[in-house]
Amino acid sequence: MFGRLTWDAIPFNEPIPLVTSAVLIIVIVGVLGIITKNGWWPYLWREWITSVDHKRIGGMYVLLGLIMLLRGFSDAIMMRSQQAIAVGDNAGYLPPDHYDQIFSAHGTIMIFFVAMPLVVGLMNFVVPLQLGVRDVAVPVLNSVSFWLTASGALLINASLMIGNFSRAGWMGYPPLSELAFSPDVGVDYYLWSLQISGLGTLLAGINMVTTILKLRAPGMIYFRMPVFCWTALAANMLIIAAFPILTATFVMLLLDRYVGMHFFTNTGGGNAMMYVNLFWAWGHPEVYILILPAFGVFSEVIATFSGKPLFGYRSMVLATLAICVLSFMVWLHHFFTMGAGADVNAFFGIMSMIIAVPTGVKVFNWLFTLFRGTVRFETPVLWSIGFMITFVIGGMTGVLLAVPPVDFVVHNSEFLVAHFHNVIIGGVVFGAMAGYNYWFPKAFGFTLDERLGKASFWCWLVGFYLAFMPLYVLGLMGMPRRLEHIADPSWQPLLLVAELGAIVIMAGIFLQIAQLYVSIRTREQRRDLTGDPWNGRTLEWATSSPPPPYNFAVMPQVTTIDAFWEMKQSGRTAAAPDYEPIEVPRNSATGFLTAFFAVITGFSAIWHIWWLVIIGLLAAAVTAMAFGWTDDREAEISAAELARMERARPSVGLSP
Amino acid sequence: MTDTVAETAPEDLVSGRGGGGPAATRTVVAYGFWIFLLSDIIMFSALFAAFAVASNRTAGGPGGEQLFHLRNVFIETMCLLLSSYTCGLGTLSAERQHRERFLAFYALTALLGAAFLFIEISEFADMVGRGDGPSRSAFLSAFFTLVGTHGAHVTAGLAWLLYMVAQVWVKGLRPRELRRLLCFSLFWHALDIVWVGVFTMVYLIGGR
Amino acid sequence: MDGNGSIPRDSAPGVDRRASTADFLWYTAGLAFAVLLTIMSFVVDQTALLWRPGEPVGLAVLAIAQMGVHLVFFLHLGTGPDHTNNILALAFGALIVFLVITGSIVIMANLNANMMSMPGDM
Repeated sequence: MFGRLTWDAIPFNEPIPLVTSAVLIIVIVGVLGIITKNGWWPYLWREWITSVDHKRIGGMYVLLGLIMLLRGFSDAIMMRSQQAIAVGDNAGYLPPDHYDQIFSAHGTIMIFFVAMPLVVGLMNFVVPLQLGVRDVAVPVLNSVSFWLTASGALLINASLMIGNFSRAGWMGYPPLSELAFSPDVGVDYYLWSLQISGLGTLLAGINMVTTILKLRAPGMIYFRMPVFCWTALAANMLIIAAFPILTATFVMLLLDRYVGMHFFTNTGGGNAMMYVNLFWAWGHPEVYILILPAFGVFSEVIATFSGKPLFGYRSMVLATLAICVLSFMVWLHHFFTMGAGADVNAFFGIMSMIIAVPTGVKVFNWLFTLFRGTVRFETPVLWSIGFMITFVIGGMTGVLLAVPPVDFVVHNSEFLVAHFHNVIIGGVVFGAMAGYNYWFPKAFGFTLDERLGKASFWCWLVGFYLAFMPLYVLGLMGMPRRLEHIADPSWQPLLLVAELGAIVIMAGIFLQIAQLYVSIRTREQRRDLTGDPWNGRTLEWATSSPPPPYNFAVMPQVTTIDAFWEMKQSGRTAAAPDYEPIEVPRNSATGFLTAFFAVITGFSAIWHIWWLVIIGLLAAAVTAMAFGWTDDREAEISAAELARMERARPSVGLSP
Repeated sequence: MTDTVAETAPEDLVSGRGGGGPAATRTVVAYGFWIFLLSDIIMFSALFAAFAVASNRTAGGPGGEQLFHLRNVFIETMCLLLSSYTCGLGTLSAERQHRERFLAFYALTALLGAAFLFIEISEFADMVGRGDGPSRSAFLSAFFTLVGTHGAHVTAGLAWLLYMVAQVWVKGLRPRELRRLLCFSLFWHALDIVWVGVFTMVYLIGGR
Repeated sequence: MDGNGSIPRDSAPGVDRRASTADFLWYTAGLAFAVLLTIMSFVVDQTALLWRPGEPVGLAVLAIAQMGVHLVFFLHLGTGPDHTNNILALAFGALIVFLVITGSIVIMANLNANMMSMPGDM
């Protein structure tokens, strides 16, 4: 009746997951209780859960990413602590079985449920505003995408409470991830959670590319788009091209596990290396999906806070597109050690070095933008400068790893771990934090506390170097990755430094939570009344903070790059424009319902509750058909109503 | 989204530079669906790659030469190709508001698609019945998955076709229904394009 | 082609075609070419018309030609300025398909040649 789901699935005999699950349940029930007691459900349902507004959806993505950061970081500090104490005779506090689940969950959560939601959320919020339009191409699809991502996050957290998670790493290599060696539900949780959120991501990619290519304000030709929109375009093109590969690969592994096929098994002619090959054909473009929007954030922040246009706009665009194409030509560098011949290894090694060149172009452009600018060292700029130093170091170790003989020595050592954390934290996380601080006032109408922002930055920066520079050294000393127990006591001092670094980063995270709390409490003192708190250059600053649901009452006419800056310079005054009726999309529960049924389908597939799988799939199909049948999807705002709403806002924005 | 483009410079309106403001809904939807189809084709390419790599890994079992009946493959191919043709004519009829002709052509499309599926399912059942199912070898896993995924897309397409016919029956051929028929026909033609790859690579080359 | 004058606008596959009887002939021509190419593929495979070692290449060429016929005659892909986005998307997609399939074949062949074979391999 319930497949292989029994009461044994709840970890009664494992204290750490049991206590964590109990705490999580208490927190969730507490939050739901507070919402119910205060009568906030109608507001939440109307304004957030069923919203199809890109600004709301972007906000929910970022919130999801930040919450999952807490879970992923908890995994990290648990690992660091284990490695710091489990030296020689000390076995530490985590049994190997549990440790393996932690490092698998850590990687999976950080990539798919922290980094991806953060960058997708920022792109979702900012791109339509920067393009001068009212929403993305298909707003309901946007909601579906977010809720599918949230479904994946829910499933992966469920593995903590019911059953267990995969022990096969965030990559899930066979034969370990095959049924013969991982017969339990762990790998199934991994696969279904990522398939569901992967579908959401793919749909979001399609939506965003269509928006950028087909929906822009009049006069915004391609070379007048903000650089953030160019990087968003490239990243979403990569999503469309790469995620289908991951979908197919996971389908094949699922078929191996569920139907006994032999794609990657040891028997029957299967070839495990094909999984590795296909996984990284997705995996390398994935890291560029993460970093390109971060590059875009830095371009916007550095130009704005230098008070100068971005240096080398065209070369930035060309570098972005070059990275986009080249990212599909380097993937073998993730498995140099797996037996390819010297010719194949050399080809991919050289391509991996070439791809560093366009990034170098970008770094120089940022430096030249800062040069002779009037630089204001606010929090977003600190994150940007921290990024430039940190990411360049990480990039250089990447070029080192691109040399196959070097990689033969340090592949899968702590050197590799240090490298990828160097570029992901220094690049993606710092970019997300810069974007969060930069666009927060636009989203919520008040700036974040500056002092706590700077303090959290310094903790992250110092903590990062303390936590990860020792890992480079340890890698060169011969320490492999993913060790649950340390046999060589000479490694312990450096591991203790790394543990200290993790604690300093934790302080940085606490300071960010404090920053949010304090900023909300004292928000009246930092209200953004003009809509343009940073003296911005691009069109999102031409709206009030927060913008009205329709963004622009009248679509702006664009004649240059940095359209808003030009309009401020030429002194267009806010004369009463000619309002025409506009259409805004209505709310829709389709996204939330689709996700609800996706969770049911995924959970029951994991536990082999077949009848429930069928019900979940049918219900999702019915939801889609019901949505397709409805006609009344848009509401009209009349010209008079529009005029009234605009007059009620603080006088901001530009006239066309 | 109906703002004037009168003040935009003429050279900026030239397509490709894209300065003409937001595109019409029909264009936006069709382009979005077009790139969705391209993403689906990329997914198929990973399955094609798996088939290519597994094509000689038969684990001592039968290979394509022993298993494939090319006469049936030819008939399947003709069914799908003709269904693409009738689908195109049906969409033409819809755009010209010829409701009866649209329904007739789409009924033909459905029949031809169902015929394709019938032949394919018979082939699968036959192979499984003889013990040459997908769990026999890597080659057969790749074969069943690639061809089966295409068949699943055809099945989903048929369900969508029926849904579209129902919508048109009840609501008529308004711009919204015409947009969706455009998307459906793009989907159906794309399935035939993928099938060209399948019959060439799996049955003709793989059956040697 | 668009309502605002004679300036060509962005288009998408299948959009903005003038309705005329030429459309029916266009579809029929596409069908004829596709049937012809299909028959040619089966003939090439079943007979010794083509030099045997070159048959896979010949079949691939015929397949790509037929895909082209579908794109042009059934999906109305064109080369005009209003089709630039469509062609660019197709080109990018084709590049990725090529890299995934060819890359996988080359890499896996290279790996298999250098590594010990597993039981169950051919």
